[in-house]
Amino acid sequence: MFTSLGRYILLLRLSFRKPEKFSVYWAEIMREMISIGIGSLGIIGIISLFIGAVAVIQVAFQLNSPIIPDTIAGSIARDSTVLEFSPTISALVLAGRVGSSIASQIGTMRVTEQIDALEIMGVNAPGYLISPKILAGITMVPMLNILSICLGLLGGYIACAASDDIAPADFVLGLRDGFLPITLQASLIKSFAFGFIITSVCAYQGFYTSGGALEVGQSATRGVVWSCIMILFADLIISRVML
Amino acid sequence: MIEIKDIYKTFGDNEVLKGISAQFLPGKNNLIIGGSGSGKTTLLKCIVGLHEPTKGQVFFNDQNFTEMSFEERVPIRTEIGMLFQNSALFDSMTVEENIMFPLNLFTNQSKSEKLDRANFCLERVNLKGKNKLFPAELSGGMKKRVGIARAISMQPKYLFVDEPNSGLDPKTSILIDELIAELTKEYDITTVVVTHDMNSVMGIGDHIIFLHQGQKWWEGSNKEIAHTDKQELNDFVFASKFMQAAKEKL
Repeated sequence: MFTSLGRYILLLRLSFRKPEKFSVYWAEIMREMISIGIGSLGIIGIISLFIGAVAVIQVAFQLNSPIIPDTIAGSIARDSTVLEFSPTISALVLAGRVGSSIASQIGTMRVTEQIDALEIMGVNAPGYLISPKILAGITMVPMLNILSICLGLLGGYIACAASDDIAPADFVLGLRDGFLPITLQASLIKSFAFGFIITSVCAYQGFYTSGGALEVGQSATRGVVWSCIMILFADLIISRVML
Repeated sequence: MIEIKDIYKTFGDNEVLKGISAQFLPGKNNLIIGGSGSGKTTLLKCIVGLHEPTKGQVFFNDQNFTEMSFEERVPIRTEIGMLFQNSALFDSMTVEENIMFPLNLFTNQSKSEKLDRANFCLERVNLKGKNKLFPAELSGGMKKRVGIARAISMQPKYLFVDEPNSGLDPKTSILIDELIAELTKEYDITTVVVTHDMNSVMGIGDHIIFLHQGQKWWEGSNKEIAHTDKQELNDFVFASKFMQAAKEKL
């Protein structure tokens, strides 16, 4: 385990060496941003809408009491969406969609000697392959998180409008009541950390693939599993430190 | 010129290379031959720096490549072209982008200059007009030729070729061999080819090194190889019935 940790840290150090030509790396960063950000819009949108709606329905069901104001459902749905559902569940989904793609892409490049070809040319292969993915991850995952929060709350509003458990006006009032900016800060810091974890852990698994197609699949699986574990661990640490 | 001195390479307890020394001259097709597991590809990877030798040194024009850092190696690496066994073309890039890739990173040429160079390289390997195809759309022989085009795009001083004929039909194999030989003479490149294809050995082998059990067993030219008294080399060269028949006619 310590060997793996050491190799992971060394790989990260190699990834952030001075680029051979900034314009080529910039183009790669843009390409990765499109792949990670735009490519994940659909799945993040659908998940966020449904989770937001379900969160409101469940809160309304559990707090159905004459002594609890209806606005509380909006407040609880807001905080749970901002703090947990949007950053963490989005990150777990992205680990599957983006992480497996990164691990299998880099793993395939390793077993088909494309990484050797880069090194022969004098290209810093970790830098060219991994740093654009990490930079795109730490930029796009927080943006997807913001979108996920908005859509989650919209999903909650739609759920209120579609049922008569809570009036939409009460839900909106609850959203605005007692909002603490620290929750949004914690959410963004979480998604920044999760973006880093997904891209770097999966890139590491892909980069050290050896063998053939079977091992590429195993690397992708290991990348996703380790990313998920690290995401949950980071979630715990950040929540403990910030809240 | 490339010179290797006393190269050893060990993986765990397995000593793959056992003190190999040789010189590879410019304008010559230098072939490293040997049976499977003899250490050919490992030696090639030690020369180009993909493996670090356990012991020994590699010199590119008297510069000690083995003792250089990653940054110090970059100028030499830009003078190296390599064709891999499976071509190793970048899947996500078109043929043209593959060829222009090293130009994009290591030159300050304008886009039109880079395009001209890519077109020239493609024309040189008889693939004119295939610029926009992706590697997945190419046959094995075409991939090899694109690999050669990419390898020569930076006008290399050194060309390394790993098993250029693997997976190719005999006719295409000969075309690839002839192309490598032509480029070597035309641009005075120091070419090192790893192969176990006897057509390549007899066709283009100006200077041949035979590896056996990780050691240099024999060194000479394709004209001398048929007359060797080394049993292991004879067993390798004349393994096929066709070659045995050819030997009887000699």
